[in-house]
Amino acid sequence: MKKYNFILTILAATALISSCGNQGNNNSTGALASSAAEKAYVAPGEHDEFYAFMSGGYSGNITVYGLPSGRLFKEIPVFSQFPTSGYGYSEETKPMLNTSFGFVPWDDAHHPDISQTNGELDGRWIFINGNNTPRIARVSLSTFETEEIIELPNSAGNHSSSFITENTEYVVAGTRFSVPIPQRDMPINEYKGNFKGSLSFISIAPETGRLNLDFQMIMPGFNYDLSHPGRGKSHGWFFFTTYNTEEANTLQEVNASQNDKDFIAAVNWKMVADYVKNGGGTKMATEYAHNVYDEHTHTATSTMKKEVITVDPTEVPGAVFFLPTPKSPHGCDVDPSGQYIIGNGKLSADLTIHSFDKMIAAIEGEKFDGEAYGIPILRFEDVLAGTVKSGGLGPLHTEFDDKGNAYTTFFISSEVVKWKLGTWEVLDRQPTFYSVGHLMIPGGNSRKPFGKYVVAMNKITKDRYLPTGPEMEHSAQIYDISGDKMELIYDFPTHGEPHYAAGCPADLLAPKSKKIYRLDDNKHPYAVTSPDQAKVVREGNEVHVYMSTIRSHFTPDNIEGIKVGDKVYFHITNHEQDFDVPHGFAMIGQNTSELLIMPGQTKTSVWEPKKVGVWPFYCTDFCSALHQEMQGYVRVSPADSNVPLTYSLGE
Amino acid sequence: MKKASILMIIGPLFLLGLYFFPLWNIMLGAPQYPEPLGMDIYIDGIKGTNEFDIQNIDGLNHYIGMRKLPKPEEMWEFSTFPIVIGVMVALGVLIGVFGFFNILTHKWFIGWFLFMSILGVLGMYDFNAWMIDYGTNLDPNAIMKLANPDGTPMSYKPPLFGHAKMLNFDVTSLPATGAWMMFIGMTLTLVAFYLGWKKEPKNKESEIKNYATT
Repeated sequence: MKKYNFILTILAATALISSCGNQGNNNSTGALASSAAEKAYVAPGEHDEFYAFMSGGYSGNITVYGLPSGRLFKEIPVFSQFPTSGYGYSEETKPMLNTSFGFVPWDDAHHPDISQTNGELDGRWIFINGNNTPRIARVSLSTFETEEIIELPNSAGNHSSSFITENTEYVVAGTRFSVPIPQRDMPINEYKGNFKGSLSFISIAPETGRLNLDFQMIMPGFNYDLSHPGRGKSHGWFFFTTYNTEEANTLQEVNASQNDKDFIAAVNWKMVADYVKNGGGTKMATEYAHNVYDEHTHTATSTMKKEVITVDPTEVPGAVFFLPTPKSPHGCDVDPSGQYIIGNGKLSADLTIHSFDKMIAAIEGEKFDGEAYGIPILRFEDVLAGTVKSGGLGPLHTEFDDKGNAYTTFFISSEVVKWKLGTWEVLDRQPTFYSVGHLMIPGGNSRKPFGKYVVAMNKITKDRYLPTGPEMEHSAQIYDISGDKMELIYDFPTHGEPHYAAGCPADLLAPKSKKIYRLDDNKHPYAVTSPDQAKVVREGNEVHVYMSTIRSHFTPDNIEGIKVGDKVYFHITNHEQDFDVPHGFAMIGQNTSELLIMPGQTKTSVWEPKKVGVWPFYCTDFCSALHQEMQGYVRVSPADSNVPLTYSLGE
Repeated sequence: MKKASILMIIGPLFLLGLYFFPLWNIMLGAPQYPEPLGMDIYIDGIKGTNEFDIQNIDGLNHYIGMRKLPKPEEMWEFSTFPIVIGVMVALGVLIGVFGFFNILTHKWFIGWFLFMSILGVLGMYDFNAWMIDYGTNLDPNAIMKLANPDGTPMSYKPPLFGHAKMLNFDVTSLPATGAWMMFIGMTLTLVAFYLGWKKEPKNKESEIKNYATT
């Protein structure tokens, strides 16, 4: 223990000296500082080189930034209601947030991942996990809208998700909290041996992106923390870090930190997929929601699925192995070649790197070091490729550049450390502000990284920006990594709590980003494709308003004959076919959000008038010079009135 | 005369480009239209440079009370012009063929060229007249009624050729591919005439002049 302290002191001193040296450099050369500003500067009217998609964490959404400017372009609503656009409030999008627990208007979004072909980013979709009520979402990268959400049964704390295989065959989701499977009433302290962890493999239809929960592996009751796919030579395998192999059910802070080593679970998913394809696995009754948004009807539907195929890993010999990995590993990262699997032992100073080749050799040689619940454990020494003695504390996540270097975040010592794959030599270290979680290099989780910038996403902000009371946005830093040494070039606040992020070159997405929805392609059942089709139809106490908008009026804009107690559906179609001309809709006293309707789109808002009177509605988006005139009135009469239903424009 | 006649056959064929390419192009750019709106004027109708440009130009024009841009069936020109061009192409080719067999002389070549030029000028005059009507004959209930500094109502006639500033828009009006092909074709017939004229048996005076210059 004394010796350990001594080493730590030396290391801390070294870190101090080296960081003092860096500061000295920065202070003495003003030119360096100005070149950093130039590197992050994107002149007015010019575009960023990269897109960065950051998870919103507890905002439940994805935010889209530009690199290297750090400018925020958009918040894409995914798991959370979003009054800005009406997502989760409009009749069309409410089904997106349906689950087996009913309507869940929020989630905790963690790990975005962009679709790949042959291990390279292809920019079709981005996937993200909902951690709290386990869900996986697919977002289109031509409309930048959420198109699909699938709920995961038998999962809890959907954290080792949503990572995709190198040809986007599967999006994979592991459970952080093991639970009784199937759920049942039982004492909590009987966790050990009874709780299970599920690893879900959701197949992706190549053309449509449509998700299907293909199978779930029911694993021992550990916590499956993070995961990444094999690539290149290790394509076909998936790797999951675990902690709480102690299977503690209380005070995990202490009780899940007792084992010197936990495991990385290596899963040969191709073998398991074949097993399932050939009729293997057990059909289990369950319930989960599958919600799909159709770009042409502009409408989501929610279907409740009743069955899932579960796989007992011991039934598929050779498919799952445990790789002992020290100190409750958190991040589980695979280098671009697919050879190295990096386990970031979060309670350690060191990184453990496993070799895929050695793992295969050990499996073939059947050199096992016992088993856990029937799953063979490989010998640590047999699979170990090397150790990075970094001198940092609390390694969490690793990303890669295209020059054979790796970059690891250290939460406790608050820094990014650059090291060399193969030699395990530390090349550089830079402080982060403060306590960095994930980091992101565009394409850094693929066969082809774009090693120009790394973004560090921090958990603690403190004094980085002007204070805004006790609650602040998180901070992120951008480093230029094109040279030998990392150079901090920019620092910016991020919305929500970005956990992971995914980035890609701008030219992969910008040319195919949709500008409008085609009106002649609008298949919404309540759409009006020309203003003369606008109408108001009563069906009992339900009234359907088929309304159209174009600069700068609603058709119709005067409606009479609505009664207290009616349920009025405003189905609004935006007739604009011009880029960036949305119209909004809001009705006084409406118990829901506004709508923001894109050109060619139809959205529906419900209003249940409670008071007699003449009530205005208006366009909420400053659409044109006559935006202020874009308004209308609805006359609401008493429930027993005989005012006929009429509607008009310009009469 | 053979070479000249071949040129006279090829020249009018260039006018066939008018069936496939726009004759004229008008682009409207503004700060909020970094990608300008554009209309391509064909001999048989007006199309947007991008798919929805016509709808969007009409949408903007309604503020100042301009009528919607005409559909092909709303202007006689769009049904007449294709016939006129067809006839002129046939006529030109026929003259060239007759020239090839020495049935007609090169004077017919210049005749065709002059006739085509007159038709062209008439076409431009008609086009300009339409633009004047379109840009000045405004809806009295227009949303925005703007006046020049001298108090006269502002006109929105696009320029026939070149650039003009109209409110927030920069309007540029230029011949397009179809017109350039027409110009090339017509120039070829002019060259055909020139070659035919040079090959003509010369009188003595001109021969002496030729000696003097060489």
